[in-house]
Amino acid sequence: MIKSVQELVARQQAARENFYSKKVRLGVGVGTCGLANGSREVLDSIRDEAAKQGLGYAVRGTGCVGFCQAEPMVDVLVPGLPRVFYHDMTPEKGRDLVKGLAQREFHPEWALMRLGADCLLVETERRLVGELNGLAKVPTIEEVPFYRRQLRIALRNCGFIDPEDINEYLATGGYTALAKVLTTMPPEEIIDGIEKSGLRGRGGGGFPTGKKWRSCREAHGSPKYVLCNGDEGDPGAFMDRSVMESNPHAVLEGMTIGAYAIGSDRGYLYVRLEYPLAVENLALAIRQAEQEGLLGKNILGTDFSFTVRLSRGAGAFVCGESTALMASIEGFPGEPRAKHIHTAEKGVFGKPTTLNNVETWANVPVIINKGWPWFAAIGSEKSKGTKVFSIVGKVKKTGLVEVPMGMALREIIFDIGGGIAGDRKFKAVQTGGPSGGCLPESQLDLPVDFDRLTEAGSMMGSGGMIVMDDRTCMVEVARYFTNFLQKESCGKCTACREGVRRMYELLERITRGQGTLADVDLLQEVCEYVRDNSICGLGKSAPNPTLSTLVHFRDEYRAHVVDHKCPAGVCPALTTFVIDKDTCIACGKCRKSCPVECIRGAKKVKHEIDQSKCIKCGSCREVCPVDAVATA
Amino acid sequence: MPATDMETFDFSKVDAVIEKYNTEKSWLIMILQDTQTAYNWLPQPVLERVAERLALPLSHVYNVATFYASFSLKERGRHLIRVCDGTACHLRRSTWLLDEVRRELGISEGEMTADRMFTLETVACLGACALAPVMTIDAKCFPRMTPEKVKNVLTAPRQGKEVGVKETEPARKEIKADKPKASGARTKLAPKKRRRTGGK
Repeated sequence: MIKSVQELVARQQAARENFYSKKVRLGVGVGTCGLANGSREVLDSIRDEAAKQGLGYAVRGTGCVGFCQAEPMVDVLVPGLPRVFYHDMTPEKGRDLVKGLAQREFHPEWALMRLGADCLLVETERRLVGELNGLAKVPTIEEVPFYRRQLRIALRNCGFIDPEDINEYLATGGYTALAKVLTTMPPEEIIDGIEKSGLRGRGGGGFPTGKKWRSCREAHGSPKYVLCNGDEGDPGAFMDRSVMESNPHAVLEGMTIGAYAIGSDRGYLYVRLEYPLAVENLALAIRQAEQEGLLGKNILGTDFSFTVRLSRGAGAFVCGESTALMASIEGFPGEPRAKHIHTAEKGVFGKPTTLNNVETWANVPVIINKGWPWFAAIGSEKSKGTKVFSIVGKVKKTGLVEVPMGMALREIIFDIGGGIAGDRKFKAVQTGGPSGGCLPESQLDLPVDFDRLTEAGSMMGSGGMIVMDDRTCMVEVARYFTNFLQKESCGKCTACREGVRRMYELLERITRGQGTLADVDLLQEVCEYVRDNSICGLGKSAPNPTLSTLVHFRDEYRAHVVDHKCPAGVCPALTTFVIDKDTCIACGKCRKSCPVECIRGAKKVKHEIDQSKCIKCGSCREVCPVDAVATA
Repeated sequence: MPATDMETFDFSKVDAVIEKYNTEKSWLIMILQDTQTAYNWLPQPVLERVAERLALPLSHVYNVATFYASFSLKERGRHLIRVCDGTACHLRRSTWLLDEVRRELGISEGEMTADRMFTLETVACLGACALAPVMTIDAKCFPRMTPEKVKNVLTAPRQGKEVGVKETEPARKEIKADKPKASGARTKLAPKKRRRTGGK
C-alpha cells in the first residue's frame, strides 16, 4: 500500500531501476492483433528458450505498438543499448533471436526500428546510448515513415510496458499526476487547467472537457458519477481498444483525477463485450491499483476515495451514446433520451455524471504533468493536442497513428499510411465511422480536426479512417453503413426507426439494379428528414454516409440507375467481369482463385469466364497480376 | 429444441450468478451475460428465474434480453462462429467469406447446425481491422481469412479438437479434387439458393 507521495516516488524509482536494470528485457506484443497473428506462441518460444539457456532475461507480454500488420512484434532492451523493435516474428525466429542475443548478435535484418531514447514514454525521457553492435543498419524511429510524424500522448507506453504489471506503469512515472493533484491542486485549479488546455472529447463529440467537468462540479446532487465510455462501436476503429489493453492505468489515473476535480467518489468503466482482453486487463489494473492504494479508499493516504466498477456492453452500437450507455449501466435497454437536461446534471441513476471517452481520460495525466500550456501549443486553433486515428482499408500500412490535430488527410494517408495498397488509385476516405461521410480526392488537403471535416460533410468522429480505392463502390458503401445503422437503431423515435429503414431499402434497390432517378431524389429527401428529426446522434448522423456520397459521387448513383452499371465492379447485379484476351498471360491464378470454378483456360490458353456461373465475387480481378479482368 | 421442464431444470448455475452480483437489479445485463456463458444460451425458465429473483417484471427482462444482440434466446451450438462485417472487413470482402461459411455449414446467421456443433453469427466490428477480414471461433481469432481457408479452420472443431490458429493454410488441394460430379448431383459449391428450398 502506498500511503504518501514520498512512498510513491520511492516506488517509482525502484520500478524504474528494475525496468532499466542489468537484465535484458524482451517484450512480445500480446494485444488482440498480436494474438490473432500467433504472438502467444512467439512469447512461449522466447520464454522457453531463455529459460533453457539459463539466461535470466525478463520476458513478458506487452501491449500493441500500433503497427498491427507487422505483428507479432518483439522489442528488446539490452542494458545500455537502444531499444529495438522486431516485426513479423515467428516462434522459430524468436528462438534464434534469444540465442543470438547471448552472443550480442542482433539480427538487424528482422528489425523494424530502434529508439535512441524511450522518447515515446511522455513522462520519462531516458537516453540509451552505447555501442551499436551491428544495429547501425536498423533505421531509427525518426526515419520510419509510419512513426516519424507521430506524437504519442494517448498511446504512450502502448507496446512498451507490460499492462499486467503496475510496476511498469510506475516505472514510466505513472500516478505522478494523481499525486500532484491530490496534494497541491485544488479542484478549481484542475478544472481551470483542463479548460485552458483546450482538451475536447475524443469520442467524436468534441465537447470541451473542462466545461463538462465544471458543470458537473456545480450541479446539485449526490453522489456524483464519473464514467468512461469504452464502447468503441465504430467499425474500423480500435484506438480505445489499444489503450485499454495496453495502458489501462492511464485511463484509471485520468478518471481518478477527474473524480477529484468534480467531487465524485464512484464511477463505472463501460467496455463493449467484443473487447474481452480489454475487460480482463482493466479488471486486473483495477485490482492492482486498489492493492497499492492508488484507487479505492483513502488514495495515497489522503481522505479522497474513488471506486470504479467495470460494466460490460452486450452488443449494441447505440450504447456508445451517452444517455444510452447510462441506461445500460442501470440495467435497461440502451435507448437514448433527448438531452434537454444535460447528463452533467442528471445522468446515471438520475445523478450528476461526467462521461468521457477512453482517449480523453488517457490525455488527462499528461496535461497535469506537463502543464496546460504545453498541450495547448499542440494542434490547431480550436482543436488542441493530438488525435489517434486508425488507418485501415485499402492502404499499404494499416494500424494506429497519433498525430497533432490539423495535419492534412493527404499526409496521414500517403506519408504515414504509405499510399494505396497495390498502388491503385485513391477514391475516397471514410472518416468518423457510421456517423461520418466519404471525402474524395479533392478534399485531401483538409486538415483533420473537430471542425474542418464537419464543414466538408464528414466528421473526424472517434478517429476511424477507412481508405477506399477505385474498386470500391460508393453507393454500396452508403448501403453498407445504412444497413448497419438500421440494425443498430434502438427503435424509439419514428424518424430513425422508419426513416433509416426506408433509406436502406432504397439503397438496396439501387444496388440491385432496380432503382430509378426518382428513388435517388426520394433518398435525398428521406435523409434530410431523418437528420432533422431524430432524438439522438445515431439518427441525426445516420444520413451522413449517404448524403456525402450523393454530394461527391452522384455520377455513380446515375450509373447505377440510368446506365444500370456499377463502375467499380462491386454490385453483382450491375457488374460483368470479362478477361481481356490481349492482356491475359494465361498464368491460371484467376482460375485457381475462383470459388465456383467458372473460369476456363489452361497454360498458354487465354482464360475466359463462364458468365452463367460467375457469382461476381471479384476474386479473379484481385489476383490477376496484369489487370486483365475488367468490368464490361 | 430440448425440453425445458421447470421441474427438472437445473437452476443452480443462474442462482449462483445472481448471488455473485448480490441480487442487484442494475447488474441485470452482466447477470444475463454470465448466465448465458453458463448455459450457452438463455432458455425461458432462466429468464423467468432472473425476473423472480431480482423482483423485476418478466417483460422487462425479456425487453433487455431481446434488445442486446449478444443474447440468444435460441439454443446455440457448441462452437460459436462469428464473421466480422465491420467496414474494414467488408471492404476486404467479408461478404464472400460469410457466403462460404454458410455454404460449408449449411446454415445462415443466427442458426445452428443440425448436429448442434456450430452457431453462426455476424458481428459489426471486433476491432482487429488491420487484419481484415476476420473470423472468430469461440475465443480464437483468425486473421486475413479467405473463403479457401474456411474448410481448414473448421477441421479441428469438427474433429472435437481445440480450435487452433495454425489451420489457416488454404485447403486448395481438397477443392481441386472435389471435381463437379455427373450432372444431376449437387456439389458442395452449388449456388446457395438450392439449399434454401430444402432447409429451414
